[in-house]
Amino acid sequence: MLNPAAIRGDFPILDREVNGHPLVYLDSANTSQKPREVVEAMEAHYLRHNANVARAMHTLGAEATEAFEGARVKIGDFIQARSSDEVIFTKNASEALNLAAYTLGRRLGPGDEVVISVMEHHSNLVPWQLACEASGATLRWFDITEDGRLDLESAQRDGLINERTKVVSLAWVSNVLGTINPIRTVADWAHSVGAVMVVDGSQGVPQRDTDVNALGADLLAFTAHKLCGPTGIGVLWGRYELLAELPPFLGGGEMIEVVRMENSTYAPPPHRFEAGTPPIAQAVGMGAAIDYLNRIGMEEIAAHESDITARILSGLGALPGVHILGPCEVVDRGGAVSFTVDGVHPHDLMQLLDSRGVAVRGGHHCAAPLHRRLRVQSSSRASGYLYTTPEEVNALVEAVAWSYDFFNSRTGRKS
Amino acid sequence: MSVEQMYQDIIIDHYREKHHSGLRTPFGAEVHHVNPSCGDEVTLRVAVDGDTISDVSYDAEGCAISQAATSVMCDLVIGRDVADSMALFAEFREMMEGQGEVVPDEDRLEDAIAFAGVAQFPARVKCAMLGWSALRDALVRSGVELPRLPDDKE
Repeated sequence: MLNPAAIRGDFPILDREVNGHPLVYLDSANTSQKPREVVEAMEAHYLRHNANVARAMHTLGAEATEAFEGARVKIGDFIQARSSDEVIFTKNASEALNLAAYTLGRRLGPGDEVVISVMEHHSNLVPWQLACEASGATLRWFDITEDGRLDLESAQRDGLINERTKVVSLAWVSNVLGTINPIRTVADWAHSVGAVMVVDGSQGVPQRDTDVNALGADLLAFTAHKLCGPTGIGVLWGRYELLAELPPFLGGGEMIEVVRMENSTYAPPPHRFEAGTPPIAQAVGMGAAIDYLNRIGMEEIAAHESDITARILSGLGALPGVHILGPCEVVDRGGAVSFTVDGVHPHDLMQLLDSRGVAVRGGHHCAAPLHRRLRVQSSSRASGYLYTTPEEVNALVEAVAWSYDFFNSRTGRKS
Repeated sequence: MSVEQMYQDIIIDHYREKHHSGLRTPFGAEVHHVNPSCGDEVTLRVAVDGDTISDVSYDAEGCAISQAATSVMCDLVIGRDVADSMALFAEFREMMEGQGEVVPDEDRLEDAIAFAGVAQFPARVKCAMLGWSALRDALVRSGVELPRLPDDKE
């Protein structure tokens, strides 16, 4: 078993106090904390090796290029890509999904259909709305069941995926419900009608051993900052044959082959999709983050996530007035635990918890349609990572119980 | 500033029992405002009779700060003339944006001075302003000529 107490020594920020209490950071689904070695790798890059990549031919340029392309190889290996040429650097997962929606959207027209789900993050929803608006295609979506799972039954009954479907795009793991979606099943369905399967791996890749081939995706988006890496860099992985068919997304430096005033030809993937100077130091940091996660082991990290999630679910589930959104057992379930507390709005709960050093997220977590579907205006969300301890879960549970009493004993709602 | 000081009894009381809540007729204009970061929302109606705000009614969902602030606002402005209501808007906004440095005039702001502590939490200022911003917008939409406020941006 992974030992979070030992791991915490690598994360100086976790020694902080907030409002006179030890920090209990339970907002890792929002962004993870960074181990010292990731920050040091970026510092060493800037202080010793900094240069532009690919176009700088001098020694520093070669070092920077090697570090940048070396990170691409590490990332490709991390998700078991067949080649690092399948790894496109973007600025975050949202940009990766926009790249997918824009380039696939160029092939869409009236009568075509794009399928997403009601549990998507806005980043896997709005880009497809834009693609459908621009092309005249129709956007359709999976509903969820009462316990927060993807409703495959009603989708099959309604023929949600059919011969008109050109793209299916789903979250691997919901950032609100924690639900792990049956990507392989949906991908097989999508492929049987010739549709492209896009997967938002923002919550899945940081916590689970990822094999893009087993997953069944054609395109997979994820981001560094949720897996112990820096902000400012994300990835779109794609099957090479598909990437080779797709048009450019952004135009500019490095994505070209031959440029004339009349027209240009474009570089092969992945550089076709990387216009301008890329996030070089961030790639170095992401590579260091992946080294760090590999050393601990993704299977260990996934097992720890399940353990922490089970503790949060049972701890919060036992409190009066607390309602958990999404699956209540750790079966096909990731680590985001969203919940509501009777009589305490999530915004107020966040403030009360913060006063005790407990950091959670309150709001709609960039999934407003899902909250509307669940008939709640907003929720609070606790999410741990490899450094989260059982004691922190206890601190959360105690703080939520205290907040409930603080509000309800005064507002007279407590019976 | 402790969280107990922030959530004063006045705020909790208004949150528990929101004054003037519910949508009523007649009204001159209706607006819908949201706080996109947290999803708090308010549908607000205003009725103006001559120079006087004769009614403000609303249907709102949100945190204790936004709900209580809207309730207190209605107590303050219903029956008050438009120009003075907007002067109160300016005074309230000045207090909320003052990061706790602005000493509010209790005779003018009444229960609204309870929000002075909230001003120390910049992330929550928007919550306190939600209803006030909706009111101002509703007045504009109902065709009332509003005085320019000192801090208005062009």
